Parts: sequence; structure tokens; C-alpha cells
Amino acid sequence: MGLSSYISLKDVVFSRSGRRIFNGVSAEIPRGKITAIMGPSGSGKTTLLRLIGGQLRQDSGSVMVDGHSISELRRKELYKFREKMGMLFQSGALFTDLSVYENVAFPMRVHTKLPEDMIHDIVLMKLEAVGLRGARKLMPSELSGGMNRRVALARSIALDPELIMYDEPFAGQDPIGMGVLVKLIRDLNSSMGLTSVLVSHDVKESLSICHYACIIADGKVIGAGTPAELQDHPSEQVQQFLNGHPDGPVPFHYPSSAASEDFGLSGGVS
Amino acid sequence: MIDRIASFGRSGADLIISLGRAGRFLAGVLSGVPRPATGFPLLMKQLYSVGVLSLAIIVVSGLFIGMVLGLQGYTILSDFGSEAAIGQMIALTLVRELGPVVTALLFAGRAGSALTAEIGLMKATEQLSSMEMMGVDPLRRVIAPRLWAGFIAMPVLAIIFSMVGIWGGMLVGVEWLGVFEGSYWGNMQASVDFWDDVVNGVIKSVVFGFVCAWIAVYQGYDCVPTSAGISSATTKTVVYSSLAVLGLDFVLTAVMFGNF
Amino acid sequence: MTQRTTDITVGLFMLAGLAALLFLALQVSGLSPKSAQSTYTIYADFNDTGGITPRGRVSMAGVTVGSIDSITLNKETFQARVAMSIHGDVDNIPADSAAVIRTSGLLGEQYIDISIGGEMDSLKPGDTFYSTQSAMNIERLISNFASGK
Repeated sequence: MGLSSYISLKDVVFSRSGRRIFNGVSAEIPRGKITAIMGPSGSGKTTLLRLIGGQLRQDSGSVMVDGHSISELRRKELYKFREKMGMLFQSGALFTDLSVYENVAFPMRVHTKLPEDMIHDIVLMKLEAVGLRGARKLMPSELSGGMNRRVALARSIALDPELIMYDEPFAGQDPIGMGVLVKLIRDLNSSMGLTSVLVSHDVKESLSICHYACIIADGKVIGAGTPAELQDHPSEQVQQFLNGHPDGPVPFHYPSSAASEDFGLSGGVS
Repeated sequence: MIDRIASFGRSGADLIISLGRAGRFLAGVLSGVPRPATGFPLLMKQLYSVGVLSLAIIVVSGLFIGMVLGLQGYTILSDFGSEAAIGQMIALTLVRELGPVVTALLFAGRAGSALTAEIGLMKATEQLSSMEMMGVDPLRRVIAPRLWAGFIAMPVLAIIFSMVGIWGGMLVGVEWLGVFEGSYWGNMQASVDFWDDVVNGVIKSVVFGFVCAWIAVYQGYDCVPTSAGISSATTKTVVYSSLAVLGLDFVLTAVMFGNF
Repeated sequence: MTQRTTDITVGLFMLAGLAALLFLALQVSGLSPKSAQSTYTIYADFNDTGGITPRGRVSMAGVTVGSIDSITLNKETFQARVAMSIHGDVDNIPADSAAVIRTSGLLGEQYIDISIGGEMDSLKPGDTFYSTQSAMNIERLISNFASGK
């Protein structure tokens, strides 16, 4: 498995504010493919991305990215390493005081000494890839949510990274926006040879584009494999999640006392 | 009862922990000299928003405070027949105390809260996170220029405040109440010493600028990234800065002007 | 707001601050180039220095010629030794002049006034006044008056 996994998580344990978020998570994320990490809300999917990116440090276990153990890198090395990663945040997170053009140019201005005309060409190429070359002079406040994300995507590929992480890219998108994003994720992955990690709880869209998926719940990986393998997964929890059954291993009713007590039904048991 | 004591102790421990975090934060911000090519324009932009935009409130406040000092001072001094001393009264009060302190309080309210809100909002919309993920240290790119801008702008604002106040006092004292202009300036010049009074006042405002800027920037960086969190952080900036300024003022005054 | 406009405005802001500082220096505190002139130190011993303080005025014929540096107690003679800095260009104080402590107005600040003597020689740096007159003591005056002296 070694070389073909770009990211390798082994027995990762992580807690925050007393809550154990990951209780021994192990996963292999293959190189050059789109991997979806799915799970119910609050299962720590975004936290996983932060662990991979080195913004958080795990309590125990190892997080290896391209052969390097992220938690052991020193601050300067980590910052250098991050130039190979792109991350698309849920809200786009564009810098509100810079124009679209300046936002996409930002990583290049900071990390490279490229001359202005080269930056100009690269920015326009990246914007073209996401279909927003004509919007380059606008400010983020003038863009719609979907356009915001596309510009953020252009920004995250500005330095031609090896890895790109998407945090809930489909959340709150209308069908057209969804279609646009799906196309972009797929095209970028194949044309740039990226390793894409996609975190979402939108099962349908995620499974339609990913090559490999992991489902995380209760701090552990409850199922992993290709979309076809997951459809036939024996675990009830996995099936409930994938098919959206309202009741199953994750119960519908919040734990409470017997109905007869609450409703004051008299007499004996039926 | 035990719970009360325990929670009291916990708040004390929290305070110390938060001071420690603030200290580590400051070390992260100050370490590393920024590249002049990128650092300088960022600093200029911040100086503009923190310094130049605060001028309006500083000048107006300075003017009114100077005029009030003139009015009140005249009333009190005329009981002793010493109206001519009004110049030195206004000048000493402004240059030694009111200039640095009131400017710092106004600064904390206007520029400090704006800084906190801005940084807090950047945190809440994940702009700081995305900067980190792009390999850019937000402490150096976003926080440091704002800290230095506050540090530099404050003494400038305090000096302008004092100048405008003294001029305002002259307007009231000389033009309106009839104090002889020569004695206004003459008495002032005789009793205000540049090194002991003006320079000490400037030193005070440098210290206040540093503290106010540090508190403002830290509260923004450390806030809970929700709208409630940002508003609470903004309030904390204003309250903590004001308390710190008043407390430090006492200490500095005792050191500088106390005759031990 | 372009970068250039920002830079210009910030530059003006800093200039305004500098101008204010100059104003405070010159117009408010009377700092003048002459203040860096040379001074020399002379001494005077008093029985009672009353309310004079360091930085107080030293004048001659009503003109300020220097300032008080320090006031220390001489433990052998139990007198107060006052050190004064006199402006360098006032270098012909007659050697038999007296240092007198006066009060400006009835309840005002106290200062040292130099009462001119008649000798040809002048006081040199490090010299001590031959005669001094201590501060006027209101209580003593009143008791003298009351006892009919």
C-alpha cells in the first residue's frame, strides 16, 4: 500500500474540550484519486482535514502525508510543506479586502518571486479553469456564494499543489452550482494529477465522483472502500447512513422515559 | 460554597493561562522581521486606518477638552487672582496626563474595537485559517502590521491632542475670557519643561499605544469565531484597554513625577 | 484607495504629529537653542532654605540667570548647601555678592536672588557665596512682632 497512499492515518486519537473526537482512526488515502470522507454531522470530518494540514496535532497515532509525519515538522518546515497543499474552505474564505484577481495572485506573491506579467497570466489561467476569468476585477462581497467558492478553488490551485482538500464543498449549493463544482473537482483531479480529499455528508454527490470513500462515525472508521463496495457493505450503520434511513443504529428517538409515564396514561400495561 | 471558591480559583487560573497565551502570542507576532517590500505597504495601510482615521475624533475631543479646561480653570483660578496661570495649568494637565490618557481611551474605543472586530471577523470567516493553509503566517501578515501601527500612531495622536487642547484653551482663555496672551504663553513656557513634561508624556503614550494595540489584536485573534464571540471580544478590548491604561498611568505618573 | 494615496495621507499624518511635537517643544515649553548653552556651578550655604526646590529660579536684578541644581544637608555645619547653575555669559558676579531667598508675591514661589556686591573680582566656577540670607520665616516674624521687637 505504501507508495500508492498519499496520506496514511494510523490509530489517530484526538480529543478536544474533553470530548474524544477520534478514537483510533486508521485510513489510507490513495495518490492521484478522489477520496471522500463522509459521516454524520459532528463526527469530526473537518477536524480530520485540519490534522492532515497540520493545524491541529493528534494526541497519539500518526498522520503521514507523502511520507512525512506532519506533527513532527517544525513551524518553518510545515509552512513550506503547506505550499504543496490547497484547501477549499466551506465558506470560500476569500480575503474580503482584496479583489478576485488579487486573491488568486496572493499565494504567488507570497511564495514566489515571479514577475508581474507571469503572475497575470497564471491568475487568468486559473480563473479560466473555474470559468471566472471575466470576474477578475470584482470584490468578494460582489460575488454569489457559488462564485466565491470557485474563486477560492482557483486560489487553492494557484501554486499547482499535489493535494487538495475540500471542506463540505456541496453544502448549500443549488443544482447548477453543485453541477459546476462536481465538474471542476473531477476535471482538476484528472488534469492536474492531484490527490483530492473531499469531506462531505452529501452522499449522492460524493459517491458519484469519488474513487474511494471512508465513513467515519463515533470516532472510528465504520466502512471504507470503493463506492460499489460500500453499497454492499454489511454494517447496518453504514447502510443507514448511505441510504438515509431515519431510524436504525442511530435511533430516531432521543433517549427518554417510557411514554406511559410522560403522558400520564393510567392503569396497567397494555 | 466550596463550588464558589473553586470557581473563583478557576477564574484566577484562567486569567493566568490567558495572560500566558497572550504573551506567547506577542512573542509570535514580534519575532521575525518582516520583509520590507511586503511589510511596509501593509504597515502603511494599517497606519492609515488606525491613525489617520482616528484623527477626527482626537482633534475634536482635544479641542473641547482644552476649551473646558480653559473655562473651568479660569473660574477656579480667578478666586486666587491667578488667572494668568491658566496657560501653565492647561499645558501641564494636557501634556502630562490628559493627552496620553484620554487619547489612549479614545483610541481603545475607536481603533482598538475596530481592530478586534476586523480580526475576529477574519477568524470567523476562516480567512486566517486559509492563510495558514497557504503557508502564510497570519501572525506576521495580518497581526504584526496592526500591532506596530497602533504602537506608532498612538504617540502621534496624543501629541496632536495636546497641541489642539492647548490651542483650544487659548481660544477660551485669551480670546473669550480676556487673559493676556503674553502671560498665557509666557507662564506656560516658564513651567513646562520639554524633557520632564513633554517627553515623559510621549513615553506614556508609547506605552499606552503598545498595551492598547496588543490587547485589541489579541482579543480579536483569540475570540470565539461566532458573531456573539466577536461582540464579546470587542467589549473586552475596550474594557481591558481602559483599565490597563488607567492603571499604568498611575504607575508611570508615580515613577516620573513623584518626588521621591 | 490606492497605495499611493494611502502613503501620502499617512505621511501627512506623521508630519502633523511632528509639527505638533515642535509646537509643544518651542511654544509650550519654551525650549530654545540657547538652552544648550554652557553653565557653571556656584554654591551657597543657608541656615534655612525654606521652600526652594531643585529647578527653581536664580535671578539677578529680576532677570533669570540660572537655576537651582540641588539642595543637600551639610552634616557638619548643619547648613543647607545649594548648588546653582548660572548661565555661562553671566560671568561677572562680584565676589562679595549675597544669595538671598525671596518669595515672589506674598504667597508665591520662592527663588534665589543675587544681591550685587561691589568687588572687582568675580565669582569663579566652584566658588561659594560669602553671605547669604535665609528664607523669611512667617512664624518668627509674627512672634517678633508680637513680642514687640
